[in-house]
This record gives sequence, structure tokens and C-alpha cells, in this order.
Amino acid sequence: MASGVKPRVKVPSKAAAGDVVTIKTLISHNMESGTRKDSSGNVIPRSIIWRFTADFNGQNVVDIVLAAAISTNPYFEFDATVPEAGDFKFTWYDDDGSVYEDVKSIAV
Amino acid sequence: MKFKALTAIAALLAAPAFAGGADDDVLTIDGQEMMSKVAAAPALAETGIDTAISGWHFREDDTQAMQMDTFDNPAMIAVDQALDAWNAVEGTADKSCASCHGAPEESMAGVRAVYPKWNEAAGEMRTLAMQINTCRTENLGAEAYKYDGAEMTAMEALITVQSRGMPMNVATDGPAAEFFDKGKEIYYTRYGILELSCANCHEQNYGNYIRADHLSQGQINGFPTYRLKNAGLVQVHNRFRGCIRDTRGETFAVGSPEFVALEVYVSARGNGLSIEGPSVRQ
Repeated sequence: MASGVKPRVKVPSKAAAGDVVTIKTLISHNMESGTRKDSSGNVIPRSIIWRFTADFNGQNVVDIVLAAAISTNPYFEFDATVPEAGDFKFTWYDDDGSVYEDVKSIAV
Repeated sequence: MKFKALTAIAALLAAPAFAGGADDDVLTIDGQEMMSKVAAAPALAETGIDTAISGWHFREDDTQAMQMDTFDNPAMIAVDQALDAWNAVEGTADKSCASCHGAPEESMAGVRAVYPKWNEAAGEMRTLAMQINTCRTENLGAEAYKYDGAEMTAMEALITVQSRGMPMNVATDGPAAEFFDKGKEIYYTRYGILELSCANCHEQNYGNYIRADHLSQGQINGFPTYRLKNAGLVQVHNRFRGCIRDTRGETFAVGSPEFVALEVYVSARGNGLSIEGPSVRQ
């Protein structure tokens, strides 16, 4: 279990219908690659965020698969068109089975 | 031929800013304007420098932008983690920081701006880190943090961010005068095989290149600093140690009386600059 995992998201609280908004997300996570060794020479098992999705009112916006070379605290920034008021739902999937979620509402 | 030479000189004169020097950008953090260039405090003015300039002005645009938005600032992750530690009950007294101090937004506002600060009861000059550890051992009954450990630096960042925008105002009179003088002596002492003092770079050559990097004035209003090269937070004593190490000298230890005195003196040189920590640097 990765410790100190905390998702953070920045979404404008208001937009006009049809506007393109910039969304920034960041999750604090070690992103242990699985190739490093500890001080006694044992391989530290891989533990990374392997998938990230963002949905708007149930419709998928982005779906990203991450690999072991991605550095600590992965940050995603993307643009999305907002057709109506609703909720952005962000989901991070951890190798250890944990799922971290965050929801941000946007008003039109 | 002569004409060409003249135009070349003209082109040089017309260059907007000296390469590597402080730029004229305006530092705002989440829309709040910082005082990142101010009239020099007495400790700096007596050296003939009339403007105190934050290290932010010497950095590249990309690095500068990261600091201007708290979401983009990677140091804020540490601030979040420190907030959890702030509220966590620890030690034999069964208390957390929050038990006495409440929310850091109120109780810690302005604290960073006046440290290092003389503690009359204990009769010692305390840096923020020393104060945090005294609080932990005496009031919480918890173990002291390592002086420059990640937990300590994060806690410093949490406390620092509450003073954002407030001018540095470290006292140099009364009992602090002794430390100010000692720090000043260290500042002008040449260390190491390269025989460099702090002043050689940060007073006489700020704005010039040091290899591929730009020398700043060595102001510490942005500490603790997130250094991209370390991918982590760096305390001011880490920076002092790194600088003396780079002169190929034997350095003082973090938290040593020498560095505490140097911190008092260097802070005084930057009095008036906004606290902008945790800052982002190269």
C-alpha cells in the first residue's frame, strides 16, 4: 500500500456552455518502478498508478494507461469542452488495487 | 567596417536586460502580488546595493511560472502532508500541533517573517526548525525531527506558506546583534580551496553567470525551496552547506550556531522582501 497518496484537482468552478476549460490533476504517489533495489539488495516491488480516467456526467473524457517509467507524483493537464453543468469525476487506479477518486462540480 | 562595429555596439546597448540578470517580470502567486524587488534594508544598503531582489527574478520563465500558481508548485504536496502531521496526535502528552495552535492559517500567519528569533526564556537564538523541535519535545513529548529531514522541511513549508506576501522582518538589534555580527563575519570569510566568500558571488557578481547558471543575490525569502534538481524541498541551511561545499571547503553542519548566525545576517539583508516560500528554483 502506497502511503501519503492524495489526489488534487483544479477545475474552474464556472464556465459557459460549450467553453473549453483547462483541467489540472496531480496525485502524490511514489510511483515505485519495480527495478530499484533497497539497501540490502532486494528488489522493491513495483507500485505505480497504472490508469487514470476522467469522466464528465458519466461520459469518458480521457483514459490514460501509465507505465513504469513515469516519475513520482504524476501530473495531467488537459482541455475539455463543457456542454452543460455537471460533475467531473477523476479516478486513479493503483497497482495494489486501491482506487482513488475525486469529484469536482462545474456550473454553467 | 567602422559602421558595422558601431551597429554591433548599438545592438549590445539595446539588449533589453543583461543576460542572466534579474528580469522585470512581476511575481504574483495565485493573483497576489509579491514584493520581490524592494529598497534595500540597512544591512544590504551598507554594501552599496540599493535594491533587494528575490531569487525568483533570476530564474527561467518556466521555473518562474511554476511558482506563480500554487497548484503547479510541487512544494504544495509537502504542505498538504505537513497539514496531516499538524493534526496528528503524537507523543506522550497526547496532543497535536492543532491542540494548542488551532488552524495554521491563523496561528502561524506572520511567524516565518520574524524567524530566526531570540527566545528570551531559553536565552537562545532560534530558527524556525529549532522552534518546531522544541515544541515537539517539550509540549508534545514527541521525538524531535531531524533538523533537515523531510518532515521538518514540510512543516517549515506549511508554516511559511501562512506568511506568504508578508515582508521579512527579522530583528537585528538587542540580543540578535551578536548573531548579526557573527553572521556578517561568516558572510565575508573566504572558505575552501577556491577561497570564495558568500559576498564574492552573491554581492559582487549577482546577475552574472556561474558556469551555465545565474547568480542571484542569495536572498532567502523563498525558503524552504523546491529545487527541481533535487525533486524535493531544500532548507536554507542545506543551501548554505551546499554553497560552502562548492568552494571545496569543510562546511558547518545544518543547525550549527554558525549557520544560525549566518541565517540571521542573510535574513536581515532581505528584510522587506515578501515571504514567497515555498518557492520553486532550478
